[in-house]
Amino acid sequence: MELFRTRTGRGTRTRRIATIAATAATIALIATGCAAGGGSESGGGSGTEGDQTITFIPKQLNNPYTDVVLGGGEEGAEAAGFASSAVVGPLDASASSQVSFINAETQAGTNVIVIAANDPDAVCSALEEARTGGAKIVAFDSDTNPDCRDVFISQVVAKEVALIQVELISEQIGGAGEIAILSATANATNQNEWIKFMEEELASNPDYADIELVAKVYGDDDDTKSFQEAQGLMQAYPNLKGIISPTTVGIAATARYLSTSEYKGQVALTGLGLPNEMRPFVKDGTVTEFALWDPAQLGYVAAFAGKALADGDLTGEVGETFEAGDLGEREIGEGGIVIVGPPTVFNAENIDDYDF
Amino acid sequence: MTDTVTSTPTPAPTPPPTKSRPGGSRLAGVLRLREFPVALALIVLVLVTYAANPLFLSPQGTKDLLLNATIMIILGVGQALVIITRNVDLSVGSILGLVAFGTGSLFANVPGIPIIAVFAIGLAFGAILGAINGLLVTLARVPALVITLGTLYIYRGLNNAWAGGTQYFADDRPDAFGALSVDTILGFPLITLLAVLVVVVVAIVMAGTRSGRDLYAIGSDPDAAKLFGIPVGRRVFIAFAVNGVLAGLAGVLYASRFNSVGATTGTGLELDVVAAAVVGGVAIFGGSGSVVGAAIGALLLTTITSALTALRVDKFWQQAIVGVLILAAIIIDRVASIRTARRLRLSEARDV
Repeated sequence: MELFRTRTGRGTRTRRIATIAATAATIALIATGCAAGGGSESGGGSGTEGDQTITFIPKQLNNPYTDVVLGGGEEGAEAAGFASSAVVGPLDASASSQVSFINAETQAGTNVIVIAANDPDAVCSALEEARTGGAKIVAFDSDTNPDCRDVFISQVVAKEVALIQVELISEQIGGAGEIAILSATANATNQNEWIKFMEEELASNPDYADIELVAKVYGDDDDTKSFQEAQGLMQAYPNLKGIISPTTVGIAATARYLSTSEYKGQVALTGLGLPNEMRPFVKDGTVTEFALWDPAQLGYVAAFAGKALADGDLTGEVGETFEAGDLGEREIGEGGIVIVGPPTVFNAENIDDYDF
Repeated sequence: MTDTVTSTPTPAPTPPPTKSRPGGSRLAGVLRLREFPVALALIVLVLVTYAANPLFLSPQGTKDLLLNATIMIILGVGQALVIITRNVDLSVGSILGLVAFGTGSLFANVPGIPIIAVFAIGLAFGAILGAINGLLVTLARVPALVITLGTLYIYRGLNNAWAGGTQYFADDRPDAFGALSVDTILGFPLITLLAVLVVVVVAIVMAGTRSGRDLYAIGSDPDAAKLFGIPVGRRVFIAFAVNGVLAGLAGVLYASRFNSVGATTGTGLELDVVAAAVVGGVAIFGGSGSVVGAAIGALLLTTITSALTALRVDKFWQQAIVGVLILAAIIIDRVASIRTARRLRLSEARDV
């Protein structure tokens, strides 16, 4: 027990008091720290009409993109008529970290759980338990395994979002040359689906015959890691003409690296980014165009889908429709997927019109 | 530059094991330095990578290597101070995060604030957070491992509560501030020169001053150090406070270099920092090693990441290699201490 211990020459009594005080302070501060990070409100309640509760479990709290989604979600929850809405979730976007939050919601008897899965399968058994307890599961942003949710609210058609990014990069590099993809985590459902569509499109569309995808790297949605991955791409592939980063953290980190290096203006960058975060890089010429949907609508539609499910108006069958407040009627498509809207392309001309 | 441990004869009760044997040749002395294996590994790594991919040492490539290492070097120096006293500070990633976010919010909310003032506030903020660690460790007589594990979560919790989903981006900060990590002098980025200055100053203090040598004595044997009249509590407190200052400096520089600072900035850095110090020859049980070694260790670990990417090696191998390096460093340390013990036994036997 000698390791990492320091002796001081004070009396036992003082020391004991100090120990107790320090321990108590530590515990108290940890508790408040965790509470501050862990969530705002516990959603409890029975399943009776007008007393329904909804809880959003994003991939990660305190992520600016997620905040916009959740803002729309809370607005939607209120408009749809939920008695209370809550947001809980992990502070890190790891595969297993969402499970304990799902379990807590099951115990609290929450009626609707809206989740963006960090891993499609890791959350499944916990969600199954919640459903057994009567909860409705709405996946949004990033899908779970289709067997463990009722509907999935997708930003846009996955293929459409992949194609627009390929189109943008092709325009920016003049239709020929080496490109790379800088993604989030290696097992993120949405990222991998887009990447798959991008690869298919590059392989099959004759317009892109001269474009070669040389690398896929993963920055784990971490600023520092994405930054280093971008550097590594430049060194490993000296002929690289462009990078697609279909994640808001990755595109911003890469833009920051490019704008501070000799590659600025030499290597094109596009992908999915937040206008507020990308504005300086569009203005200084590092980035010409990038895309995104309106994240707030995602949460908004998810809340209305949850309400319709909880009321029994919706079962998740293909072809069913529900009212999504101001956004009008939405239909459940193949695989239980609801599409929110087409992606928007941002450039120097229109970026100042958006604030998220 | 690697003679900080060996050069100065001082009245420290337990000289570091690398102290040259009288009559040993200068070359043998260099070979026995704790920093030698890690420096050699770094040189080999750079040369091999350069041979395979010449872009690795292009002006931009070199600049990136140095920039990547800068923040880790500063954190590694601070951590080395603490580990040498047989303590450890796991909260540095959280301190860095708080200070980085504080830096971002200062620039965003106080327009026109001088950059030097931001540095001063950042360093002071880090000093306070480090001093809290120091106070808890010296007063509570609980191992620093536990105390700083607690403050790791506390500081991160405060950061989450303070920041929420707010992030501050590079364009909120003045161009001159961002330019610190872009502009170079003779190929060296400005913030890297700052890190080198930190290493030199701390190395001189550790090797040449009474209080610096005291840290080694405390780490070698806290009880003996106390009997010897060294103010153990005060010295350990100072080590933690200085580590806080350096983590604060790293936080300010983080805000200069990276695009966004927010609630999760710096998460998980602490283990990389401890790894850098250990790989650099700072013994985890305290009492030996040097800040120069820790700095080289930091440079080695960050260079491995870049080298493996430049060589297109799978990321998985990077972590495995870091693990092997840590084990190698510990084995080298163990062998060195066994040899020192044997040498001391022999010389004592002769003296009888």
